[in-house]
Amino acid sequence: MHYYCGIDIGASSAKLVLIDEAGRIVAKALRRSGVDYAAVAETNLAEALASAGLRREDIARTVSTGYGRDNVPWSNGRLTEITCHAHGAWWHFRRAITVIDIGAQDSKVIVLDAAGRRAGFKMNRKCAAGTGSFLEEIALRLDLPVADLNNLAERSTKEVTLGSFCTVFSATEVLSKIRGGDKVEDIVKGAFQSVVKRIAEMGAMDGDLVMTGGVAAHNPCLVRLMGESFGKPVHVPPDPQFIGAFGAALLARDNVQTHHV
Amino acid sequence: MGGYFQELGKGREQGKKTAWCTSVGPAELLRALGFNVYFPENHGAMLGASRMAGDLIPLANARGFSPEICSYLTSDIGSYLKGQSPLQKMGLSGPPKPDVLLFNTNQCRDVKDWFQFYAREWNVPCLGVHSPRALGTLDEPIIEDVARQIEALVPPLEKIAGQKLDPAKLREIITLSRKCTDLWKAVLETCANVPAPMTFFDGTIQMGPAVVLRGTQVALDYYEALLAELRQRAAEAVPAVPGERFRIYWEGMPVWGKLRDLSTQFAELQTCVVASTYCNSWIFDDLDPADPFRSMARAYCNIFICRSEDEKEAYIERMVAKFKINGILYHDAKTCPNNSNNRYQMPERLDAKLRIPHLVINGDLNDLRLYSEEQARTNIQAFVEGLAQK
Repeated sequence: MHYYCGIDIGASSAKLVLIDEAGRIVAKALRRSGVDYAAVAETNLAEALASAGLRREDIARTVSTGYGRDNVPWSNGRLTEITCHAHGAWWHFRRAITVIDIGAQDSKVIVLDAAGRRAGFKMNRKCAAGTGSFLEEIALRLDLPVADLNNLAERSTKEVTLGSFCTVFSATEVLSKIRGGDKVEDIVKGAFQSVVKRIAEMGAMDGDLVMTGGVAAHNPCLVRLMGESFGKPVHVPPDPQFIGAFGAALLARDNVQTHHV
Repeated sequence: MGGYFQELGKGREQGKKTAWCTSVGPAELLRALGFNVYFPENHGAMLGASRMAGDLIPLANARGFSPEICSYLTSDIGSYLKGQSPLQKMGLSGPPKPDVLLFNTNQCRDVKDWFQFYAREWNVPCLGVHSPRALGTLDEPIIEDVARQIEALVPPLEKIAGQKLDPAKLREIITLSRKCTDLWKAVLETCANVPAPMTFFDGTIQMGPAVVLRGTQVALDYYEALLAELRQRAAEAVPAVPGERFRIYWEGMPVWGKLRDLSTQFAELQTCVVASTYCNSWIFDDLDPADPFRSMARAYCNIFICRSEDEKEAYIERMVAKFKINGILYHDAKTCPNNSNNRYQMPERLDAKLRIPHLVINGDLNDLRLYSEEQARTNIQAFVEGLAQK
């Protein structure tokens, strides 16, 4: 039996997935990316191998993706997170979909045809609006752990709007909302709505919508708001935070042509 | 090019007058009147390519020039304020002081604002051609208007030059310019070969003489040699990008401070940027020595940046067919709205017509504060991965 590895070193966290020949996930590992991408890749691999009871030589091929894709010494190929997220998401649905991936530093909208071929993609522009970093910044302003945001937003009863494109200006808006007496839960939901609006501006959302990434994994309230915004359900695949790594592992298995340096 | 700058530096001691001219302005008229002609946009590009712009733009920002306006302008004025220029490496103290500044608004209004700053600073005359923009068909009244504006420049320029315009000299200069432009066009068209013998990134450097030396014999000599070499490379199928898999059209300004990085990335991806609107902007098919003023008017109104969306689209369609393009990259240059053509839905319209994918990268010609290296790198790689799926 051969196994395949996908590793997605994102701006915030490094995700690793091991799959078998049938594409089943046999192990996962997740930790913060930190500053030493090679080391975090190594630690994640060791953890996943131990959890699956595998040895390093059982891994036939590895594809790395994400910001740190070029920093995994044992990777056999590098592909962008756009290709890997798209493939990982499509594998679960097998039809024409639009993938909305919200990561820590960037957001992506990827349009796939029924065969999983990419019809187009867009990344957010240079700034952090509409990304996980935006939510982290808002959490910091509100002196909250990021993990608390979803439950707070679920309790919101009033609409609060954060209008600015700019994350820094939005944080300033948050201060004025606090001064104005708005409740924290309403401000958090306003921040979620801001993320939804930034995504909606990126492109037309045709076909079935699928959300991936850490923000979707931890914030079902935001996923629901996204669906309400587009007037259709938003599907979330299993292990949404690992979809990039999973896609990379599938592409490693399929020996897709990758970028070698 | 070095010789050209040396000559500029010696102008005053040789008793020659210096004129500053926009890069797609009526330089032929200035040369015919005996001026040394200096092109500030070329200096702007050098400030970008040398990455000096990063230290200089903030100086202009601090003096009231917004970070949102042309970063050639802010780089160049920053260079003036700090007294630093890449020309100092060539033994000049900096750009040569002008006796007159001559702009053409066929590209944008910023060139006028740019030139007027120096006109005020040095108390020298600033003359200009106010070309209409977003032109559809080049109707006679428009050409007539612009031709008359260029003709009206003659008396004040004669006064500054201290000599009368010799019509024969003007015809000679226009003949040389036309030959230069024909050769430059032929150089660029060698990239229609598969594989292409040169890339867009090479072109941004090779175009120097077409910008600053058109109307001179030395430009012709240079391009004749370059053309011969490229034709030989094409005949022998020597690629600019070994293993060329895909061919890209670059729409918009170069990112001057990232030429090497981008060139290297595309080469690693075995993808050749074979053609661009930018390098083609110094092809002036309309120049005609038999009709100097009207043909200059037509040539300088016919440039891509001065045309309507429909004309621009038709142009890109022709380029895509001629150069066998697999995908179009639009550079959305933050401080150059007039030469960022993705902002009014053109990519979407061309996608529908041409059925080839496009990519937009956000950046700038000179201001690297507006460029995200990582995002551009990932976008380009993802775009090429998508081409490989087709």
